[in-house]
Parts: sequence; structure tokens; C-alpha cells
Amino acid sequence: MTETLLLALVVVTALAFDFTNGFHDTGNAMATSIATRALKPRTAVALSAVLNLVGAFLSLAVAATIAKGIVDAQVVTLPVVLAGLVGGIVWNLVTWLLGIPSSSSHALVGGMVGAVLAAVGTSGVLWTGVVSKVLVPALLAPLIAIAVAGLGTWCVAKLTRGVPQDVTSRGFRWGQIGSASLVSLAHGTNDAQKSMGIILLALIAGGAVPADSGVPVWVILSCALAMAAGTYLGGWRVIRTLGKGLVEIDTRQGMAAETSSAAVILLSSHFGFSLSTTHVATGSVLGSGVGMPGAKVRWGVAGRMFVAWGLTLPAAGLVGALCHWLESAIGGAAGTLAVVAVLVLSSATIWIVSRRKPVDHTNVNEEWDENKGAGITPVAATTGEAGGGRVAPVPAVSTASSVGPAIESVRAVSTANTTISKEGTR
Amino acid sequence: MSDFIEWGALGQVLVAGVLVGAGIPALFALGLRLLAGTTPDDGAAPAAEQTSQDATGRTAGSGPIVRPTPARFAGGVLCMAVVIAAIATGLVFVISGGH
Repeated sequence: MTETLLLALVVVTALAFDFTNGFHDTGNAMATSIATRALKPRTAVALSAVLNLVGAFLSLAVAATIAKGIVDAQVVTLPVVLAGLVGGIVWNLVTWLLGIPSSSSHALVGGMVGAVLAAVGTSGVLWTGVVSKVLVPALLAPLIAIAVAGLGTWCVAKLTRGVPQDVTSRGFRWGQIGSASLVSLAHGTNDAQKSMGIILLALIAGGAVPADSGVPVWVILSCALAMAAGTYLGGWRVIRTLGKGLVEIDTRQGMAAETSSAAVILLSSHFGFSLSTTHVATGSVLGSGVGMPGAKVRWGVAGRMFVAWGLTLPAAGLVGALCHWLESAIGGAAGTLAVVAVLVLSSATIWIVSRRKPVDHTNVNEEWDENKGAGITPVAATTGEAGGGRVAPVPAVSTASSVGPAIESVRAVSTANTTISKEGTR
Repeated sequence: MSDFIEWGALGQVLVAGVLVGAGIPALFALGLRLLAGTTPDDGAAPAAEQTSQDATGRTAGSGPIVRPTPARFAGGVLCMAVVIAAIATGLVFVISGGH
């Protein structure tokens, strides 16, 4: 009974991870097309969802391994997988809340590493694998993508100088949609496989299917649908950062960036040097700003993002480890349920927090204001705590720390117009 | 460090990435430019008059149509063909489960 429950929960959690993977990574393919208005936001996510769905069915060469070469396969049990998945999901949601494009697969690997550390200690982790398969690629992927996209953008800018803008806009619009579609398709074939692999492994471990079984059709179908649904929901916060936050891009830069992403992703997997889709896509967007004469790159935003990438492994690992400790401390079915409860509670909390300042298809393309805080601080100082519940005079000492809620309230007012007409649930 | 970085694969990715990832947009831009009917050399300053003619010729089909010369047209089509071939290769690679 306990085994069946555990198996069912692992399958559901793996699908949930697949879902977060989908909506976290929509931006990789579609952020630039949305930002340049080559596609309407809703159309873009729908296209990406369909291509992810198709992609998930295209390639079924599932590697039934989780974090191969990173953790010792012998110690990966179902409770470990569950804790690792929870770590990955929670970190995905946190970075989504902050609008940071971060690698879903690194989050999953981090969760697994943390859970394995909690389960058997450092001996279960292959540290060389962690460095060579996770840390080094995370460092190199954006550099390669910046170089490729930067050079591409520079060439494009030189070559299109003097060509009328409506010709370039129209031409590159199609180029951009084509290359973005290729990225979506590649994502579908790549990332849906990970969840399929996890579910297959869980089913084999739980004795539900024989060890040499292929992937059951319902697993393929549910993984494909979960990822497509996540993609269609659209991680608008991440899309906004990628499309508007890093660089103000036009269709030429968008096309160069997406082509660079597609080329680097496909070539790197061809040469067996796997790079994270997210890191490559982000680097390409940065590169399109570096290569474009006169374009401004917001390195502050990029810097925060790099920090988040560095934190992905330890943070997801911490959550994974905590979950595994909780799981084994309580033990049995109750422990498993406790971990799932942690997942549901933290997801709900993050979702509620996100509702305070929603980003969706209506406001995803609004002007990016990097100096938001600095520009609004004087307003907060002159109007006092307009939005807060304080009635007593505010002590001078607390002014600095109370600027945060004040900014929140000012921002809420400024976005009120857009949120009224909003119909989506996010 | 050589344990941690596969220099060979990295080099291949970098070289091929630059060739394909930067080459395709460049070819696309070149093809667009050739088909649009401006030359790379006069692009900077005196392009305004000529390009506006191109724009009307291409979009509305009215007014004096400045067609690209056959050679330029062929060059432009060739560029676009290479781009489309590259995309098709990418698609085949994805579908064949190359990764």
C-alpha cells in the first residue's frame, strides 16, 4: 500500500516538475518573439506549446536515468527521487517568482544531489560529474552563446544597414518565428524525456512494469501534455525578463539570438557537450545586445541572473535534502505525505505572493524600469506610508526598511489599469 | 582542469556554433539585402531615395519598381536556400533524435 502510494506520488510529482519545466522555459524560445511583437503573446505561447507537444512525441530515445554520472545510481530510491523532484519544483517556482530564467534541469539535478547527500552522505555524489556536467557548462554556455549571438547580430546589423526598415522587420519577423519554433521543438524533444525517464524508472522500481519495458503510452501522453500545458500557461515573469529586461531588442536581434540558441543547443548535443537550453537562450539574448551597435545591455539584471544560476544547485539541493530528512524522520506513508504537503504549501505560498504583482500576457511587454526603486523612493518619502497599515508616525530609522512595502503599493497603483482588464488567472 | 572540461567538444561547439549560429543570420540578412535591391556599398548615406522606391515597389507594387538585377536576385535566392536548408537540417536532427 505504502509502495503504491509512493509510486503514485512520484509519478504525479514528476508530472508537476514537467509542468513547471514547461512554463519556466517558454521564455527561452518565445521571449524575443513576444518582445519584438513578431507574435502576439498568446499566439507565441500557443505555438510553443504545440511544438513542445509535438517534440515530446518525436523522439522517444528515453534515457531511463536520472542525473546520470552525477549521483550514484545505486542509491537513488523512490523517496530520494521524490525529495529531489520537490527540490527542483520549489526552486523553479522561486526563480519564476523572481522572474529569473534558470535551468530546470540544473534545479532537478540540484534537488537530486541534495536528496542523495541527505540519504547516504557525500559518497553518493560524483563530484567530478557535478563540476564537469553542471558547473562548467553553466559557466561556458552563456559565454559561447554571447559570442555566437553577438557576432551574428553584428553581421546582421552591418549587412542590413541601408535596407528599409519595413523590409527587414518583415523578413526577420519570419526568420525569428522560424528559429524560435526550432528552439521550442528541441526543448520538447529534450526536456519531456527527462520526466518520462523519471516516471519510467519509478514504475520499474515499483514493479509496475518489467525492467526492460519501454515507455508506456500514457506516460508519453501525460508528460507531453503536462509540458505543453505549462508552456501554454507561460512563465510571463521569465518571458518579461528575457524579452524586455536584459536588452531592448528588435526583430533582427531576435532572429540572430534565436538562431544562435537553436544552433548552439543542437550542435552542443550533437558533439556530446550538453548545455542548458536556458543558459544558452539567455546568453544569446545578451549577445544580441552586445553585438548590436548602440544597444544597451542591462548587466545588473544579467548579474542577478548569474548569481541565481550559481545558487540553483545548492538551493535546490537544500530543499531536496530538507525534504528527505523530513521524509525519513517521519517515515513511511506519513513521511511521504508530509513531503508532498510541503510541496503543495510552498507552491501555494509562491503563487499567492505572485498574485500581488501579476505579470501576464497583458503587461509582459511594458517598459522595463531598472531604476524602479531609486525613482520611487522620493515619492515614498514625501507621501509617507500611503499603502501601508501604519497610522503612527514612522520613525526615521525604519524609513529605509519600510521603503519596500511603499514601493509595492506605488507599483500596485501604477499597474492597476492593466490588471483590471486582465482575464488570465496569472 | 582538463578533467572538468572536454576541450575538444567545447572547441567543436564553439567553432560550429559561430559558423552556423552567426553565419545563418548573416546569410539571411545578406539575402534580404540582395532581394531588397540595395548594394552593401551605398548603404550608408545615399540610400534614402533608392530604398524608399524599393519599399514601395516591394510592398504595394505601385510606382517605379526597382527590381534587383538577375544576378543579385539569384544571389539572394541562393542565400535564402542555404538558410532554409540549414533549418531543414536542424529539423531532421531533432526528429531523428540526435540528442
